[in-house]
Amino acid sequence: MKQWQKIVLYLMVGYFILLLGPVAGLDLPRIAQDIARSPSLLVTQLLVGLINGAIIAVIALGYTLVYGIIELINFAHGDLYMLGGFAALTVMGALGVQDGAPFVSSILPMLLALIVAAGFCAGLNILTERYAYRPLRNAPRLAPLISAIGVSFIFQNLGLFWGGLRSFIPIMGNTAAAPKSFPDLLPRINILAAMGIQSKVEFTVKDLVVLVVAVGLMIGLNLFIQRTSAGKAMRAVAQNRDAARIVGINVDQIIVLTFLIGGALAGSAGLLVGLYNNTIVFTMGFTAGLRAFTAAVLGGIGNITGAMLGGILIGLLSALSDQYLSSRWTDAWVFGVLVLILVFRPSGLLGENLQEKV
Amino acid sequence: MKASLKQFALMLGLLSMAASCTPTPTTTAESPAATASPEASPAVASGPAISTDGDVIIASSLPMTGSSLGQTQTIVNSIQLALDEVNSTVCDGKLKVGFQTFDDATAAAGKWDPAQVTANSNTIVANDKIVAVIGTFNSGAAKLAIPIFNQGSLAMVSPANTYPGLTKPGTGEKGEPDTYYPNGKRNYARVVPADDLQGAAGANWSKTLGAQKVYILDDQELYGKGLADVYEKDAKTLGLEVVGREGINPKAADYRALMNKIKDLGPDLIYFGGITQNNAGQLVKDMRNVGMTDVKFMGPDGINEQALIDAAGKDSEGVYATFGGIPPKELTGKGKEWYDAYKAKFNSEPEPYAAYGYEAAQVVLQALGKVCEGNRDAVRETVMATKDFPGLLGTWSFDANGDTTITKMSGSEVKDGKWVFAETLDAKVGK
Repeated sequence: MKQWQKIVLYLMVGYFILLLGPVAGLDLPRIAQDIARSPSLLVTQLLVGLINGAIIAVIALGYTLVYGIIELINFAHGDLYMLGGFAALTVMGALGVQDGAPFVSSILPMLLALIVAAGFCAGLNILTERYAYRPLRNAPRLAPLISAIGVSFIFQNLGLFWGGLRSFIPIMGNTAAAPKSFPDLLPRINILAAMGIQSKVEFTVKDLVVLVVAVGLMIGLNLFIQRTSAGKAMRAVAQNRDAARIVGINVDQIIVLTFLIGGALAGSAGLLVGLYNNTIVFTMGFTAGLRAFTAAVLGGIGNITGAMLGGILIGLLSALSDQYLSSRWTDAWVFGVLVLILVFRPSGLLGENLQEKV
Repeated sequence: MKASLKQFALMLGLLSMAASCTPTPTTTAESPAATASPEASPAVASGPAISTDGDVIIASSLPMTGSSLGQTQTIVNSIQLALDEVNSTVCDGKLKVGFQTFDDATAAAGKWDPAQVTANSNTIVANDKIVAVIGTFNSGAAKLAIPIFNQGSLAMVSPANTYPGLTKPGTGEKGEPDTYYPNGKRNYARVVPADDLQGAAGANWSKTLGAQKVYILDDQELYGKGLADVYEKDAKTLGLEVVGREGINPKAADYRALMNKIKDLGPDLIYFGGITQNNAGQLVKDMRNVGMTDVKFMGPDGINEQALIDAAGKDSEGVYATFGGIPPKELTGKGKEWYDAYKAKFNSEPEPYAAYGYEAAQVVLQALGKVCEGNRDAVRETVMATKDFPGLLGTWSFDANGDTTITKMSGSEVKDGKWVFAETLDAKVGK
């Protein structure tokens, strides 16, 4: 970078901070005071951020996996996750699960919903790859990108249509575009209080289940990629597709496998969010997709650990901004930090290792 | 209101099924709402028989796509009811009146869309046969539509806009309301009381419910923010402690962090100035999710609809909402007659704004009856001069600003998954 470019860059960054600071309430002494006044609140918010971050990370993995393998930013991924939520809600409706049903009796429906949502999204993702991306694999890079945006629109409209099927799926409520209430099945029992720990911090069974499942999915994926032969093949394809083909790896199959895993992760995230936030709406894929994509870029797109780190960072940042700044500026902070990191580390936090993208 | 909402839902369901079977038989001459939504066709096709055939046409501009449809469909029904009662003619049968519906929402937005509002308004103004507009539903949409109609001297009567700045000087932002009337003549009136009254009613009610500390949220839209401002001012006047005020991001996936922050401040009531479509359901859910089970949640008429209960599920129990009028079922006298006629004709329960849809249609029809021709400016003048009108809610007039003189309000609460009328509220501005 030339000297003058650097100066212009620093000026822009400085302007950005100076502008956001006073407007968005970045008043450090006040924040320090708030934290000192109620440290337990900080812990509560960190927990909220951690769980939301873990969910974002699970979605971000889908972006990063696909990018690692075929260098395509799959913009339809966020909407796929939304459809996962709809699939899970449909299963709940079909099984007649009531809002607030007892936890024990709803474990089986939840598992079934997980399998159906993951399976449905995996299948849909494979179909998308086969018909929307594979024909364009050797086309200029812009072509599959635009194809992905098109698929995103199709999914969103599919969600809208699905939400309007109230005659067949009564659980969808009265209006297609309105948010749907997702059955609240995970108990809100405070674990810390149940264990006899006196604290203002609350950590419920619901938080625990969502966190465990999200982290479990991430660890599982990591083990799969690092330890299994299929995972090894995925890494090989990511490094060099032609060389992988020479050593006898079926590249098409590996790409299909990648989309299958990414889709299953999106479906699981859809169910998780349904169970955690208890609302799903057809537009949620766009917002979540944008955040997950940001997380993937933040961590270094193509890097799996990076996506997890990015997701959790974004979750924490949002929660802290909601608490200590103002919730109306949260998005500005999240994307502002993204700008900063890309300015100073264009390849993302963990993205320097360009050779090994998966 | 209990069995009836179920009936209404059932009717919607059946109608949508019927609509999905038939290949979009739009009865309007031209379908201005070119949306890709599967909701769009039932909105137009499932209502009463609407005919644009007439010497003059009344247009409606309402969001017929998305979760406002529940309300707006009953408004359209009501307008048609008013027309049917006079056989779609005024002036002893000399002037035939047609009716055309416009959808100002898009499927992509899921609610009213600025571009759609502007496009519709221009289409309406360009059609010489249209002499009056009933709409809009959302105050933000009115902000765009009024100036366009104003330049065409076209009368506009809203059954639902409650943002004070649209008509009342000194209540909104700088330059309001004059900025909406570029030709200097008022062409906009509303049959529903404005928010400054509803905010006061909400603040009064909060006090009656025993709240001492309140936290105020808004959705950063014209309607919601304006309402929260009025509520904040009146709550302070009434001696309630306002522990915080914040605008939410209506697109956020969840509000746990925000609710934890509020919980720490320990309010006993959260007031949300906003609409269901801006995530009110998620707010209620997350409020309960972080353990604020005893804290009350109150909102304006923007959340007083079935969509909130659909979104918030069992967590919506005990949510309070004010409404700038009286729910259809609680009406007496002329209002009761209308309610019975509506139920008999459409076999479903009218949503709260339906009465105002009827009232707006009546005001326009009586003006047309006096003018007896398709002269826009004459109709505008007659509508604005409405005095001692015998309406559903009592006898009222439009004041100089085009506001109704009615101040009756009510509050309702969610009980067993239904909105239930709670009490009549004192809407006297607590100044």
